[in-house]
Amino acid sequence: MTVENPRGAELAREGRLPSERVALVDLLDRLLAGGVVVSGDLVLSIADIDLVRISIRTLITSVRECDTHQEVRS
Amino acid sequence: MTVNDTGTYLYAVSHDTGSPCPEDLTGVAGTNVRTVAYAGLVAYVSTVPLERFGAEPLRQSMEDLDWLGETARAHHHVVEEVAASRPTAPVRLVTVYRGDDQIRDLLSQRHDDFTEALARVTGRQEWGVKAYVDLTTATPADQEVAGTGGPGAAYLRRRQMSLRGREEAWRQAAAQAEEIHDALSSVACASRRHRAQDPELSGRKELMILNGAYLVERDRREEFAHMVDKLRGRGVDVELTGPWAPYSFTELADGQAEIHDDG
Repeated sequence: MTVENPRGAELAREGRLPSERVALVDLLDRLLAGGVVVSGDLVLSIADIDLVRISIRTLITSVRECDTHQEVRS
Repeated sequence: MTVNDTGTYLYAVSHDTGSPCPEDLTGVAGTNVRTVAYAGLVAYVSTVPLERFGAEPLRQSMEDLDWLGETARAHHHVVEEVAASRPTAPVRLVTVYRGDDQIRDLLSQRHDDFTEALARVTGRQEWGVKAYVDLTTATPADQEVAGTGGPGAAYLRRRQMSLRGREEAWRQAAAQAEEIHDALSSVACASRRHRAQDPELSGRKELMILNGAYLVERDRREEFAHMVDKLRGRGVDVELTGPWAPYSFTELADGQAEIHDDG
């Protein structure tokens, strides 16, 4: 997971961030809390709050696991 | 595979300008993105297998970070491609319909809401701003406490000061977040605060005091970026991300919007 720390003006001039540089956490902020939520004849929409919580928990767990692995390696 | 084994995954909705779907656009699970046009609107969709995108498989997949990351990036990629050339209403991650007919029903039934949402974001971009403070250096509590009394009394005084200091630091941080948000909102058409990220997710040890989204006119982006640069300092680090497709500003009319629209 990468963390971006760009300077504002530079970023505004560049126009857009390549999608591979977008931090997953920032992306999920938007994809799980934003966007059009539609109801109707859906198979599934994860407007369902439990799924959001599950994925956040997954993220945190994975970050922890990742840290542990790094510690073991170094 | 019969018709019932697949669903229609919806990425975004835009005005139907008659322009074709971007060629070779790949969506979630490597599927081809196509368009469904109806009533002056166009939906960007792909056909997905329900053995992977049905309710039950999804419940399990959401616990798999690799799957979640891959799917989120694929969804984002499609939204970005579409939003690059036209006003776009991105749809929440993993919204799957039974088929194209249901997509057409959606475009017809919610036509006015989509039109309104698209009008709101036309000519505007979303920017993300996160502000951090380092509370460990912000507290004045470590200062040597002078006073009378033995070591016990001095300890208690120090402890009290430390607690008060921490409380004060939190209060200050909240006030600073408010200030930053107000300043940025004054340049934006609309603003919204997302929940602050856990330090384990932000990857920074400092406390995130603000996780804001701002809808900014395209021709005011330099001004907005300049404002972000100006707000940095005084023990606060401010991070800018974007421009984003307007994920945080396309709730339809009946959605539980927390948007404070200034314009």
